[in-house]
Amino acid sequence: MNVFLLYPDRNFDPQTPLPPNAEDLTQDLALETLWQAMAQGDKFLFETARLVTLSGSQEMEVIRYRQEILQDCLKNPATVRALYQIPIEAIENKQRCWLGIFSHYPAGILSSAVEMLEMLVGLLHRLRQIADEHAAEFESPGFRRFFAMIQQELDDTCFAEMEAHLRQLRFREGVLLSAELGPGNEGTNYVLRKPNTPDGLMKHLLSRKSPTYSFTLHPRDDHGARALGELRDRGVNLVANAAAQSADHIDGFLTLLRRELAFYIGALNLHEQLAALGHPIAIPQLHPVEERRHTYRGLYDVCLALTMRKRVVANDGDADGKDLMLITGANQGGKSTFLRSIGLAQVMMQAGLFVPAEEFAANLCRGLFTHYRREEDASMKSGKLDEELKRMSDIVNHLRPNALVLFNESFAATNEREGAEIARQVVDALLERHIKVVFVTHQYELARGYHERRAPNVLFLRAERQPDGSRTYRVRPGDPLPTSHGEDVYRKVFGKEG
Amino acid sequence: MAHICAFAEKMAAARRYRTMTEKLDFEYHKKGWFLESALTYCEAVEGLAEALQTTPLASRGLQGLREYLLAYVQSPAFRLLADEARRVKVGLAAVKYSLIIQTGRFSVRRYEQETDYSLEVEKTFARFKQGAAKDYRVNLYTGTGMNHIEAKILEFVVRLYPEPFAALDRFCERHADFMDATLLTFDREVQFYVAYLDYIAPLQEESGLPFCFPEMGEGRQVEARDAFDLALAENLRYEGAAVVLNDFELRGAERILVITGPNQGGKTTFARMFGQLHYLAALGLPVPARQARLALFDHLLTHFERQEDIRTLRGKLQDDVTRLYDLLQQASPRSIFLFNEIFSSTTLKDALFLSRKIMTRLLELDVLGVWVTFLDELAAFNEKTVSMVSTVVPENPAERTFKIVRRPADGLAYALSLAEKHRLTRTHILERIRP
Repeated sequence: MNVFLLYPDRNFDPQTPLPPNAEDLTQDLALETLWQAMAQGDKFLFETARLVTLSGSQEMEVIRYRQEILQDCLKNPATVRALYQIPIEAIENKQRCWLGIFSHYPAGILSSAVEMLEMLVGLLHRLRQIADEHAAEFESPGFRRFFAMIQQELDDTCFAEMEAHLRQLRFREGVLLSAELGPGNEGTNYVLRKPNTPDGLMKHLLSRKSPTYSFTLHPRDDHGARALGELRDRGVNLVANAAAQSADHIDGFLTLLRRELAFYIGALNLHEQLAALGHPIAIPQLHPVEERRHTYRGLYDVCLALTMRKRVVANDGDADGKDLMLITGANQGGKSTFLRSIGLAQVMMQAGLFVPAEEFAANLCRGLFTHYRREEDASMKSGKLDEELKRMSDIVNHLRPNALVLFNESFAATNEREGAEIARQVVDALLERHIKVVFVTHQYELARGYHERRAPNVLFLRAERQPDGSRTYRVRPGDPLPTSHGEDVYRKVFGKEG
Repeated sequence: MAHICAFAEKMAAARRYRTMTEKLDFEYHKKGWFLESALTYCEAVEGLAEALQTTPLASRGLQGLREYLLAYVQSPAFRLLADEARRVKVGLAAVKYSLIIQTGRFSVRRYEQETDYSLEVEKTFARFKQGAAKDYRVNLYTGTGMNHIEAKILEFVVRLYPEPFAALDRFCERHADFMDATLLTFDREVQFYVAYLDYIAPLQEESGLPFCFPEMGEGRQVEARDAFDLALAENLRYEGAAVVLNDFELRGAERILVITGPNQGGKTTFARMFGQLHYLAALGLPVPARQARLALFDHLLTHFERQEDIRTLRGKLQDDVTRLYDLLQQASPRSIFLFNEIFSSTTLKDALFLSRKIMTRLLELDVLGVWVTFLDELAAFNEKTVSMVSTVVPENPAERTFKIVRRPADGLAYALSLAEKHRLTRTHILERIRP
């Protein structure tokens, strides 16, 4: 049985290696904030959000498939959450059986394996019930296929068969162990033994003459019963193994279901929080990788919005037909925030999520890469510029035409003239290879160079600054200016005395 | 060294067992661990005594210890302890018993050569195993500890085999306080030397690097010859590379070393080294240099570039300026500061404006320090600043010497040669990305 809620033709494999730029993306786009919002404290939701967003698809077909499922989810949140409860309950019950008191002890595994199979069958009944009651309310091909499969293929006779097996496998007689004294006179070297009576029965062994000391636990001595169980486990380890493996079959399917639904649950969580804060969302319009599209209305930095817990500045813009967006302007003017909002929207779009905007349309990209300034290299071997160039070189190793690269204050760890020259050479080469570039810089030299060329495929944006020095944090079309207003900041911190 | 470490490890174990016995509830469990503690202690002492006997010792402290230790090991009290501990242990290890577990009930008997049943069980259930199925066999916890069931079992075992336990009783009575106080003190105090010497020994021996005890003073005159960054030297040692040694000196009115020059030329390392020397010197340790005269200080203030942090909701420049403001509030004329590439996130013009302001304040305070920057203008600020430059190999500008020398700043950052090295010029990139 297959789940197929993330891809039309395959299951999601959480073992798929993440793209090489995953770590940079996470750091530069503050993706953890996004995942936390999707996870709401749930580690599994977090991990799923992380894996799916980082390994976004480049195929329109896959993204549309998810967008349609997502729209079903947004329409039927209660049903989807109820569906998600099924594997969750399986996990929780399993954790109670597996990881609770008896989890480290084979006797516990053995007896709970039977219990678990009963529990699983119950949950599968509920799964089919949901399918029977709600399948008609879902429109996406993904959900329609899923529910049809549940209705057709789910059959619990095989579980009944397994249950019969397990009943036989139960180890009903007491166990006989041999042991020695280890450090601290603690029992060690436990070996399960067969009573050496002719019929192998314990009662015959016990009736034989040999000094024997017996002890009966108080009926309420749970701790003692557990301790005794621990010793018993040393004999039934392998039995428990066989029983538990039988339960894996159903469990595997529910794990898949949980993994794939978790992504949409994350989306629902995120949507609820954004809605509560009054932020809009949009299902993005997809354009092929070869096109150059970027039209956005009310685009905001979703991570900043989630961090500040209030409305944040949104930007409108139209960069259709542009290969390079060059953003200059005031320090603390919202350049980095804007760049992050562009990056986040791209990541979310390619994962099949909605995007943080009122309207959003963009071309897909063959890989999103970020190149941000970093702190001192921990290995101490490289200077800062060298480290930046090394990272750039790593990015170039993975670049293909129609990728998208976001630069934030790159190549500024040297003097402005040389930094601008390096940046210009890199950007020129990327544009020539049809790679889309968004570059945030305070380096006037670099911006001026492109400005003087007046190329039609370059869009200049500037962080807005009012004549009185205050910022609106909006990024608008605007030509580069030769200062970043460091004096403002100095006076604000040091006061007039400076 | 290795002998002292082995000794320390065993002593730690012996002490741990000994402390543990105080927390245990059951008599023979307690006594069992007491015996382990004594056995480990004997091993530790005998091991160290034997090792020191064959090791030539120069220091009076350790010679004295050897003498003491040899006398102690041969003393009748210690011999009795060691021999009896081992005899008792052999007796206990020979005990073998059977345990029958049923629901809510168990029985203990002597072991009577019953056969291994696990193998038969495994055979019976082998057919249920699938090819790549997960292995549910539990790696059973075998840590120490005893619950009341195990204690009850032990009680029965004592009844089945009374002799070895009687021997244990006698042992515990006779040797209640077996650890020697002098050896315990030695064990504790030697740790500080062991740790630092452990760290620098391979640098001295394998890499041949110099260490010295610095001359310390209240004066503002500092200098060092053949100094190096301890952490970098340690990293390079693993790669078999040699760390470059550098000198520095501040004399007369000079207070601030301004370091400029090509990137990846060792500027940051130099600043770190300057701070390290002072810090280690203040701890009373030998410093990584051939010879040094250093200043006592109240604060060591550093500002190395940090990453932008979304949570502060401030721009990087404001972060920088705020951090500097906070640092300057703490500073006194006895302070030492280290700045590394501050203001690199703003325009050239702003960086110069801000740097000049800060430099003026530092010079007014009269602090000592190192300032790494790419602003050549700072290098010749006034008579209190000393310009030092990271240098390159003259015939190959992309190759660094990692030597930082006293010389006026020459304004060459060699950035493009670095781009060339990483194959990041336009031509290179076009070659590297296929259309």
